[in-house]
Amino acid sequence: MSQYILRRLLIAIPSLLGISLVLFVVLSLAPGDPFSELATNPNVPPEVRLALRAKFGLDDPIYLRYLHWLVAMAQGDWGFSFASRMNVDTLILQRLPTTLYVIGSSQLLALLIAIPVGVYAATRPYSVFDQVANTLAFIGFSLPTFFTGILFILIFSVKLDWLPFVYTTDIKATGTAWLGEQIRQAIMPVMVLGLFQAASMTRFVRSAVLDVIRLDYVTTARSKGLGQARVIVRHVMRNAMIPVVTLIALQIPAVFGGAIVTEQIFRIPGIGSLLISSILANDTPVVMAVTFVFACLVVLFNLIADLLYGWLDPRISLR
Amino acid sequence: MLDNELRTMIDGVKDGRVDRRAFIARMIGLGLTAPMATQLLAVGGVAMAQSPSPYKPTKRGGGGALKLLWWQGPTLLNPHFATGTKDQDASRIFYEPFASWDVDGNLNAILAAEIPSIQNGGLSADAKSVTWKLKPGVKWHDGKPFTADDAVFTWQYVTDPATAAVSVGVYRDLTVEKVDDLTVRVLFDKPTPFWANAFVGAYGCLLPKHLFADYKGDKSRDAPNNLKPVGTGPYKFLEFKPSDLIRAELNPDYHMPNRPYFDTFELKGGGDAVSAARAIIQTGEYDYAWNMQVEDEVLLRLEKGGKGRTIYAVGGDIEFIALNSTDPNTEVDGERSSMKTRHPLLSDPAVRKALALLVDREAIKKVIYGRAGRVTANYLNGPDKFVSRNTSWEFSVEKAAKLLDEAGWKPGADGIREKDGKKLKLLYQTSTNGPRQKTQAIVKQAFQKAGIDVELKSVVASVFFSSDVANPDTYAHFYADIEMFQIPMTQPDPAQHMRRYHSRFVATKENKWQGTNFPRWVNADYDAAVDAAENETDPLKRAALYIKCNDLMWQDTAFIPVMHRVKVGASANTLRPVMSGWANDLDNLQDWYREE
Repeated sequence: MSQYILRRLLIAIPSLLGISLVLFVVLSLAPGDPFSELATNPNVPPEVRLALRAKFGLDDPIYLRYLHWLVAMAQGDWGFSFASRMNVDTLILQRLPTTLYVIGSSQLLALLIAIPVGVYAATRPYSVFDQVANTLAFIGFSLPTFFTGILFILIFSVKLDWLPFVYTTDIKATGTAWLGEQIRQAIMPVMVLGLFQAASMTRFVRSAVLDVIRLDYVTTARSKGLGQARVIVRHVMRNAMIPVVTLIALQIPAVFGGAIVTEQIFRIPGIGSLLISSILANDTPVVMAVTFVFACLVVLFNLIADLLYGWLDPRISLR
Repeated sequence: MLDNELRTMIDGVKDGRVDRRAFIARMIGLGLTAPMATQLLAVGGVAMAQSPSPYKPTKRGGGGALKLLWWQGPTLLNPHFATGTKDQDASRIFYEPFASWDVDGNLNAILAAEIPSIQNGGLSADAKSVTWKLKPGVKWHDGKPFTADDAVFTWQYVTDPATAAVSVGVYRDLTVEKVDDLTVRVLFDKPTPFWANAFVGAYGCLLPKHLFADYKGDKSRDAPNNLKPVGTGPYKFLEFKPSDLIRAELNPDYHMPNRPYFDTFELKGGGDAVSAARAIIQTGEYDYAWNMQVEDEVLLRLEKGGKGRTIYAVGGDIEFIALNSTDPNTEVDGERSSMKTRHPLLSDPAVRKALALLVDREAIKKVIYGRAGRVTANYLNGPDKFVSRNTSWEFSVEKAAKLLDEAGWKPGADGIREKDGKKLKLLYQTSTNGPRQKTQAIVKQAFQKAGIDVELKSVVASVFFSSDVANPDTYAHFYADIEMFQIPMTQPDPAQHMRRYHSRFVATKENKWQGTNFPRWVNADYDAAVDAAENETDPLKRAALYIKCNDLMWQDTAFIPVMHRVKVGASANTLRPVMSGWANDLDNLQDWYREE
């Protein structure tokens, strides 16, 4: 096992280097300029623009810039943003708590909905509950988040005026009032994201349980006289959840990537919106740092998913 | 109007014999407007009246929270690195200039004790120096006193080329010297009729010498105060998260009485313009939003919500279609749209005039801009004294078709006009932006009716407006036949706005397309008029010269002005913001209050 882990980690290093190289080359080949706003500004003489470009090393050849970046990263210096001259790691850490809170909660909500609904639907296949659940799941993942987001805003914020729709990280209350406000402003984005993810997860859980529920050992358990609930929870789910757990492990890096559309609609200052605004502003250091972190997380969680799968299912052996 | 009569009237106002308002009313009757009449009085020796600011609160504080929503989040807080208005606004919360422009185009004294004029000795008769008297007793947020040293330092900081400050263009051709602790003199190399540029407005903000002295030149971007500003402004810094949030609190030692009104201040960034409008007008979660680039019909629908309204301020921003004087499809020495070529189709004045007749400005205003635009035939639309009354616009497909027929452009077999084997086919580019794409569609329809084939192209804004030398899609490269976008007028004076199109500023490969004359238009009369206007101290003659410049552009059809765009903001019904077409939204933040 430890040999397997070591081997995987060693393979991860060149693959991460390759990913960072591709990212860097793509970003430098992309058109666009971090100083585009200077272009139509009559006050800014052209020498200033050129001096800024030279200062930030934008005129150096690609391989030089990549090496600079790599060396700096290796030393723990993630660079600073062209736009705000703030350290990139500070920028990311500022946004991390909000991302974990909102996106993490939506993943949890998705699980809390998907697992019970999926399991119950699988135990009564083609019943009314199952049909309704399936239809809702199809509708759920066909409707894009920007549509449901705006729909929720129109209903809950504009018409009913129950919930605020601009997310603010600075709530001035304390204690339970603060908690209440946090929950109030997070309900809509969490619901939008959570329902979307719950829709696809429900289908997946349902088919995983269906695969297991027709096996002989389940019939044996029932014929032993065990109640339905015990059979499902203690016998079926333990096997059905194996693929589900690995799916969840693979989806966790997406939490850090943020949900870009939802963050834009609700103005949640998460890592996704940082990524988009940096891409639009051609702020290369920030984009490199965020995408590289994302790549590392994906590789890491892939490894964890493989390990988990091997551990949960003794039929799988890791070599 | 005879010069003598005018001077007699000005003297009359000076002596108090003629009522100032009557003078302005007469000037308006003659076609000059208030700011111009005021400028006339200023150089004639009458102090520019500071507009009575309708500020009602009678004590400092007590106004609760002010929450603003900028749909592009500010990313930095140093006014001299601020490229876009979002960053200029964010810096302006904390820093202040000597004076700012108000709604009517007059100067509003902020850190200056009074506005310089000939009468109080502030302006020299030869227009080569301005003496500013500073307000006594002003303190920086950390308690240190504000003195003339800070003004001199700001000038040194900005003009140091290693600082790469974006405001350097404003401070380059002048010297700033300290006369005493509370007096500063600005000396110009040449007579400068528009003296209210340095230390006024967004790039006029003063920096504290004691905090920035160690961070001049190369080290300028490392200064900790770039992210933790200490200024003289109405609000003191609390917290800054780039692109997300700025928080500030009332400055109890603020130098103006009864100000500021609000106890806390918050500026949230991100999202898009429509949802920002929604947050102000429909749900009332925020008090003010900036730069509402939204179709008017959407805004009208939102306003039915009743918690807020849209407010407008007229400036000089012009949305236009520029016509390329050179050929974008021929490459000379590795350069397209080179000055060595002439445009095969657009060098024919008949074609240019026909294109101008095919832009249906009324429809564009009705369908897209609504209250946010005004139809115009002029490139220069403000201040009023500089607006030409000699131009006109018209929309007529028949006239355009007739003009083209007479010039020899006959429709070919496919309906597209051609002459000498050249087809009338144009590439029309602009930036990606809802209203602009809709305008393109309207214009294309009219062009096609007249037998002109149009290909539409839209480039993403961050690329279109970039100064990237290698990118062929920028507005400066102009590798298209016609292009459309907006150039804002950042101050109530046309000098900078019109100087762009002097022939010596054509954008070429040699100057890395940094030249401001992107249509590569060359007109000797225009050059002469601009050169003369730059040093002309007589305001009437100067205005006449700029009007002539505008008329030359119209006669030559160098540009097709589409819409004189008005600044649009969204404000809560109870808020009283101060919005000027000549200044940024927060340039008079100290005068904002709420009225129940």
